Amino acid sequence: MNSNSQGLAHSVVSLASGLLFGLGLIISGMVNPAKVIGFLDLAGNWDPSLIFVMGGGVVVTTSTFWLVLKRDQPLFDNKFFLPTKADLDPKLLLGSALFGIGWGIGGLCPGPALTAVATLDPSLVLFVGAMLIGMVLQSLIAD
Amino acid sequence: MENFTPISALIGGVLIGLSAVIMLAGNGRIAGISGILGGVLNTRGSERLWRVLFLGGLLLATLGYQFFAPESLIIEVQSTPVMTVVAGLLVGFGTRLGSGCTSGHGICGIARFSKRSFAATATFMLFGFATVYIVRHVLGGGL
Repeated sequence: MNSNSQGLAHSVVSLASGLLFGLGLIISGMVNPAKVIGFLDLAGNWDPSLIFVMGGGVVVTTSTFWLVLKRDQPLFDNKFFLPTKADLDPKLLLGSALFGIGWGIGGLCPGPALTAVATLDPSLVLFVGAMLIGMVLQSLIAD
Repeated sequence: MENFTPISALIGGVLIGLSAVIMLAGNGRIAGISGILGGVLNTRGSERLWRVLFLGGLLLATLGYQFFAPESLIIEVQSTPVMTVVAGLLVGFGTRLGSGCTSGHGICGIARFSKRSFAATATFMLFGFATVYIVRHVLGGGL
């Protein structure tokens, strides 16, 4: 495969993967912050649906990733780009805790927010704008 | 539990899993939304292109639903504008500091048996549950 057709295939995979991801979020109801809060509200009128979303996703990835990673390289790129850090550090836990608090307040994590913002709903635009600012702030502090 | 929708949750979850598998098998990348979005802000050229295309796919999923089945696209943000901004800042800052969100750690990291991703997922779930409990049942839902 020449580099042009490899580049095209790479792009098609990226777009298709995003589209599938977005459809999965919409079909599962996870684009709806009220439904996510319904899952996080253990003491309220609990909606366990999100367990099935995570469960369905994790079963598919866990049953296939090991096979994919047996290859020397992916189909349309020259290597696998995998996280290299292995140790639990305070940043990982503090970051995840802050994320969990934000997730609990708004019912939105990055995937559903970036999918639902296409509606141009003002609350979603506000959330995504603040999320981008949060990301930039973090990178400024990290440097 | 009248809001419980296990079938659509499972179908959506499987699609999200498939999205992550084709991204890894095709392009060798982890379909982690916060990492992909963060990368858009600090990469150039082809490294930026695949990320933009993936995020475009997310938006396309919503636009497709708006066109073909607008009644099944339900998005209800319940937080006030101020708390929506606070949530967005925390989610943006936290996911970058913690190197991932529900997708990168929750769906992909667990499939790689990553100790960091198990710890991150447990942490943001725990803090998500605790935050909703405090907001809904201690503060009386007044955010």
